[in-house]
Amino acid sequence: MTDLSINTELVSGILTKFVRDEVLKVGSKGVVVGISGGIDSALSAKLAVEALGPAAVTGLAMPYRESTASSLEDAQLVAAQLSIELMVIEISPQIDAYFSKFPEADPTRRGNKMARERMSILYDISATRSALVLGTSNKSELLLGYSTLWGDGAHALNPLGDLYKTQVFQLARHLGLPPRIVDKPPSADLFLGQSDEADLGFTYEQADRILFHLIDERRSPDELSDLGLDPLLVRVVWQRVQASQFKRQPSLIAKLSSRSVGQDFRYPRDWGH
Amino acid sequence: MAASKRLRMALVQHQPVLGDLQANLLWSCEQIAGEVRDGTDLVVFPELSLTGYFLKDLTPETAVTLAGPELKQLIEATGRASSLVGLVLESPQFNFYNAAVLISDGAVRQVHRKVYLPTYGMFDEQRYLAAGDRFEVVELALGGGASWRIGILVCEDLWHPSSAYLLSRAGVDLLLCPSSSPGRGVGSGEGELGSAGSYGAMLRTYAELFTVFVAYCNRVGFEDGFHFWGGSRLLGPDGRILAGPLEDSAAVLHAELDRGDVRRARIARPLLRDERIDVVQRQLGIGGDD
Repeated sequence: MTDLSINTELVSGILTKFVRDEVLKVGSKGVVVGISGGIDSALSAKLAVEALGPAAVTGLAMPYRESTASSLEDAQLVAAQLSIELMVIEISPQIDAYFSKFPEADPTRRGNKMARERMSILYDISATRSALVLGTSNKSELLLGYSTLWGDGAHALNPLGDLYKTQVFQLARHLGLPPRIVDKPPSADLFLGQSDEADLGFTYEQADRILFHLIDERRSPDELSDLGLDPLLVRVVWQRVQASQFKRQPSLIAKLSSRSVGQDFRYPRDWGH
Repeated sequence: MAASKRLRMALVQHQPVLGDLQANLLWSCEQIAGEVRDGTDLVVFPELSLTGYFLKDLTPETAVTLAGPELKQLIEATGRASSLVGLVLESPQFNFYNAAVLISDGAVRQVHRKVYLPTYGMFDEQRYLAAGDRFEVVELALGGGASWRIGILVCEDLWHPSSAYLLSRAGVDLLLCPSSSPGRGVGSGEGELGSAGSYGAMLRTYAELFTVFVAYCNRVGFEDGFHFWGGSRLLGPDGRILAGPLEDSAAVLHAELDRGDVRRARIARPLLRDERIDVVQRQLGIGGDD
């Protein structure tokens, strides 16, 4: 009924070419990518290595003192397997300095700040290496809005953005990423013991099936009920998609002139490349 | 050079620089000149080969006119041979067309303005471009002097079978199909991209049912994340693939066409002879004196 299986050979070929083409034609020398120890960043880094070779890929592990200790070990495992450099930059000093002014801050606020701190470091290091920041957000996260605006959601190019999480698993297995990385429960690791699926209140498998029918197949929520999908869950997922639409768009500009940035000044991003 | 009845064709599957008319023009002229030096009779480029595809507001900025210096350079590079290039063509009324221009023996012999401008999903052509309104066949002596009846279908034109049908009624025996087809569809159930599978089926169907040669020249590379999948190929009038399909990377496909194949295919399967144009005209309510 719901076939989310992908031709992994074909997809890895396209995504490898995508990274090579979009990086090299704009004159960049490589990519920097945040390596969390999770499957998404491992897969993005793997595709970049296939595309550009290990010397052109810089991994950054940016742990906070409360991050799960095994995450750093997993990041090191990924870097070792891919033969890429891994810079480890602790973000505890600046995060703690900031939140010493706001001791009441809740885990979400702290997590978002950490995600944006990591983004800021990725962009800083990328400039020193004439490299682009490689994204690691999959289609499930993008559609559910399960990301930090201008945090992990900020990057120059993203090979995973049109793959649902369940498809990320397929591709990661196909490309031989370590089982320890592939099989662990997905976590944003913004606070101890965090789990994506506990945060969301449903599994990626459930969400992906619903999203696939809503987005790719353009079925209405009512039509999903006819397919035997839980109407309540369908509504929850669809509301998440709607509520997070702003995260998938550039910021709003009030139109005044005859030709405005973001509205009717329409040049391709790859202009001249 | 010894005269040969065969038409030597080159399909140049490449990646234009998006919006850099001069760079693409220079490169194309070099390619044409090199191919012609090597004895190629007809050099075919993909759709919008002088500009790239997702031009958006670059459309008027990359346009050329029929009398402009760009076509003069292409005509000069082509010399006595022939070439088909893709470009944005500006009319005297300042309309902009997605055009394929056939140059042969020192002049422009045919201009096809893309009729079907896709404006759905990822496509937005009608926002920027004017649509052509006809499919015409041009007769040219090519490759050792054999006369070829050539028709041009640009990418989305292929998705409307009436396009190929009209060219068939006009007597085409070689369909040139420049394309900038973005790939989509990566399900595990298929051995290839969904869009590649669709084109494969269409090209084969047209070649076989209209008993014509079909030359499909698609581009490669990425624009703003859109992936162009290549797969350029030549099919014979029995529907079989004679050369290619090329892989998904920049390359030139060379092939030789024997017009005798069209004759043989139409003797074996006289589908065109048996076509009941009177039935079509009656059922569509078209007064006909074909």
